[in-house]
Amino acid sequence: MAGYIFSLNDARLTALPSGALWWSHRGILCVSDLHFGKSDRIARRGGALLPPYETRDTLERLETDILRNNPQTVICLGDSFDDLAASEEMDAEDHLCLTSLMAGRNWIWIAGNHDPGPIGIGGSHKSEIAVGPLHFRHIADLAKTAEVSGHFHPKARLSAKGRGMSRPCFLLDNHRLIMPAYGTYTGGLRSDSAALAALMEQDAVAILTGKTSVAIPMPR
Amino acid sequence: MTALPQIFQDWFTARGWRVHPHQSALLKRQNNPANLLIAPTGGGKTLAGFLPSLCALSKDGSTGLHTLYISPLKALAADIRRNLQTPVADMNLPIRVEDRTGDTSQSTRNRQRADPPDILLTTPESLALLLSYEDAPRLFGTVRRVIVDEIHALAENKRGDLLMLCLARLQALAPNMKRIGLSATVEDPAALARYLACSPQECEVLLADPGPAPDIRILKTAEAPPWNGAGAKYAVPDVLNAVSLAQTTLIFINTRAQAELFFRALWMENEADLPIGLHHGSLSRDARDKVESAMLAGKLRAIVCTGTLDLGIDWGNVDLVIQVGAPKNIKRLVQRIGRANHRYNAPSRALLVPANRFEVIECRAALKAALAGDLDGEPRGKGPRDVLCQHILNTACAAPFDSDALFIEVKSAGPYSTLDRREFDDCVDFCATGGYALRKYDRWRRLVQNSDGTWQLRDPRASRAIRMNIGTIVGTETLAVRLKNRRGGAPLGEVEENFAATLTPGDTFLIGGEVVTYKNIHEMTVQVTKEARRKPKIAVFAGTKFATSTVLSARVLQMLQADDWPDLPFHTRKWLHLQRKISRMPGPARMLVESFECDKRQFTCFYGFAGRNALQTLGLMLTHRMEQDGFQPLGFVSTDYALLIWGLKQIEHPAQFIKREDLLEGFETWLGGNAVMKKSFRNVATIAGLIDKNFPGRRKSGRQTTFSSDILYDTLRKYDPHHLMMQITREDALAGLVDFGRITDMLDRFDGQFEHVVAPHVTPLAAPLLLEMGKIRIRGSAEEQLLADAAEAMMAGAGLS
Repeated sequence: MAGYIFSLNDARLTALPSGALWWSHRGILCVSDLHFGKSDRIARRGGALLPPYETRDTLERLETDILRNNPQTVICLGDSFDDLAASEEMDAEDHLCLTSLMAGRNWIWIAGNHDPGPIGIGGSHKSEIAVGPLHFRHIADLAKTAEVSGHFHPKARLSAKGRGMSRPCFLLDNHRLIMPAYGTYTGGLRSDSAALAALMEQDAVAILTGKTSVAIPMPR
Repeated sequence: MTALPQIFQDWFTARGWRVHPHQSALLKRQNNPANLLIAPTGGGKTLAGFLPSLCALSKDGSTGLHTLYISPLKALAADIRRNLQTPVADMNLPIRVEDRTGDTSQSTRNRQRADPPDILLTTPESLALLLSYEDAPRLFGTVRRVIVDEIHALAENKRGDLLMLCLARLQALAPNMKRIGLSATVEDPAALARYLACSPQECEVLLADPGPAPDIRILKTAEAPPWNGAGAKYAVPDVLNAVSLAQTTLIFINTRAQAELFFRALWMENEADLPIGLHHGSLSRDARDKVESAMLAGKLRAIVCTGTLDLGIDWGNVDLVIQVGAPKNIKRLVQRIGRANHRYNAPSRALLVPANRFEVIECRAALKAALAGDLDGEPRGKGPRDVLCQHILNTACAAPFDSDALFIEVKSAGPYSTLDRREFDDCVDFCATGGYALRKYDRWRRLVQNSDGTWQLRDPRASRAIRMNIGTIVGTETLAVRLKNRRGGAPLGEVEENFAATLTPGDTFLIGGEVVTYKNIHEMTVQVTKEARRKPKIAVFAGTKFATSTVLSARVLQMLQADDWPDLPFHTRKWLHLQRKISRMPGPARMLVESFECDKRQFTCFYGFAGRNALQTLGLMLTHRMEQDGFQPLGFVSTDYALLIWGLKQIEHPAQFIKREDLLEGFETWLGGNAVMKKSFRNVATIAGLIDKNFPGRRKSGRQTTFSSDILYDTLRKYDPHHLMMQITREDALAGLVDFGRITDMLDRFDGQFEHVVAPHVTPLAAPLLLEMGKIRIRGSAEEQLLADAAEAMMAGAGLS
């Protein structure tokens, strides 16, 4: 089960092809921007009636990553729910699946911009958390270092032999890691956009998700 | 009134015209519920359609909208309006004629709804929009006649399906409305009549005199055509010569990319400086308008064009049609040749230019078929239900509806006459709640049922989004191309986003006949500079790949059975005789399969003659099985007549791979994961209203507001595989690019009979396939490998590994 291994402030981390981050030394699995309940929120606001299965699909993938790596701690790096109402109205079946994943583990919900307040589901709720040499928060802070954050849903585009391919990706430089969005139905922001280009150093890499983890220089 | 009133007789006489037999015939039958007139271009077809209305209006005047005229092109509607002014002004008739299309100003549109003209000329989309307004019953209640022009073209795709549903709606609002369809030559007039009719009522067919047989020849060229390719560059001097001898020529070519290349090739040798224009769908509106005006003003000697000019204004001065590249189907060829019929009783002239040696045979077969009037055409299946879903939502915008009444109304439309109630209810359910197995959207449903059983929009504000989504034309993702540092001004044209993604700064490509150099992408626009020097990379425009029709394929196969071919040029004859010598000639009774080795690869060639789409599908399926069975296929390529597969292992018994039952078994699993399905899904989901249409300028330059339809497809496939959208997608894909029907037909035709020849080297008929572009590499782990290699190279290059 390949993944891209790298160091951030002396912490040895693995970027998994699924878009999750694995810190084996501390048994921590980190995922970002799950956006549970997105289809419901869109419907509520008079938008399209999209296939209402994205929460279940995200949970299934999360379950696979959890069973495979068996983390003691899971950190959800913000925007776990598309909005507050989504957390309250979660399907009974999905709720059961989530609580069974949470059972017996430390589960940390970092507040995002979509779900800023405390959520009525177990686990602990923080706005940010420091673990050893690293800091976990929802949105990157240019003034800080040794940071793992989400929010931007980065994706990278490259072309090889006339074929254009676009994948959600991690963005990594010496100071920080920006996580890809883990949830189904999450769109993406291109790595060459102004916001991301400003945050990352010149020698940053993009670690693509997909069947295997592959790193390329961050497209700018 | 079935005879022509005196005032009209006098008008015809004053113009020096005789009344055509089909014009008086249509007038005589004007009280039929529906009439279909099949007539060639230039034969007073349009006037024939309008005479019943003009006569009635001249006598009785009207209160409100009397006649609707629908055409597929905005330009045609505008043109007809100008043309109708002549008889109206000459005879001083109190008739108001106006057109209404996407180009009509907002103030005019508002006024037209409040105070409609007697005759309104419009497009199918504009009609659908008008029907979605609450005042539709008032506006259309007075309609007595509807004329559908170029109905043969509309009947080939979803635009026609939506139009027929709209006509059914109109009929409900104006029960005495009578229909007239105007069509070019078609292979099955009775089927087209049933399409137009208000089922189960009849529609009468009137056949006008088709005029003299067309003068079709194959262009004589100084150089022989090459072995493969689609460019026809070799024929440029001869084409220029033909253009110089004619007054005005339309040069049809199959794809936009080829049109750009051929246009450029013509100009490179255009020493006589003949004014030649270019016209295709990816050029900017501005560029196309310029060419069309120049044509109308008689300033151009020729236009290189794609199918965009198949329909259009009748330019009186076109006297020659050149078809570059073998025609894919005879009907389209005959219709195109009809564009050169500027005078009704003069024969149309056409020249065919084969692009390669095999096409010489195809051109000869097409020529014979056209002269014999042997037209082809795939019978269109049942009306697709994504269009029906859109129609249901459009109907709900205007007023609440009763589903029993709407079902009967929908069934009266030709394409939907065999719709069953269950299928209809599934569509209503989809529109109301999304139709998911997981019943989640009861609170947020789009349609609610009232206590009296009628359905209506839960939130009236939803009608805005529904109206913006009206129409069945779904664009691919394209980016505008502009000159860098040029603020404003019209774009040069547009290219597919996928093509733009493969460009690196410095790459050159052709657009609008100019070579440009790619600089960068800025705010969803491809910025370029003009660059005359280098050889351009070809711009890849996506477009439908037309496959050679079954009739044409059968004719070609039959032609090959002859002992000799005295009417084919020497190089082609020699090539075919050589094929007989080294291998065998493919035939209709047994499928020829050849095996040979070349460059340390093992090749197998299947001569299926099923059209390139079906053979490509077959290629995907066969290589999938070969990979599973350990035969290590490396790639394949298909043309309209053969499929060539190559790999590392020799295949001793190729026939085993084409067993009908085995193929069908593997098909479903294969189909599900297919990229073609995802492409179809995007179209289907957009038309049905699941996804919003992607308007240019609506996409924000940064964060995407919509995500890829592929994710929706994958999710449905996993969690709700029998969802309505998946059913419709499957039907859509099977009929379209996958062309699976032709594979089963092919298998039935050959009925398990194969002829396997092991040749000592590449055979003459297989050779061109080796040179063919568009080879498909087998995926498997190929894409990940590609990615990994490219990534490694990039990291090393950046000093990061």
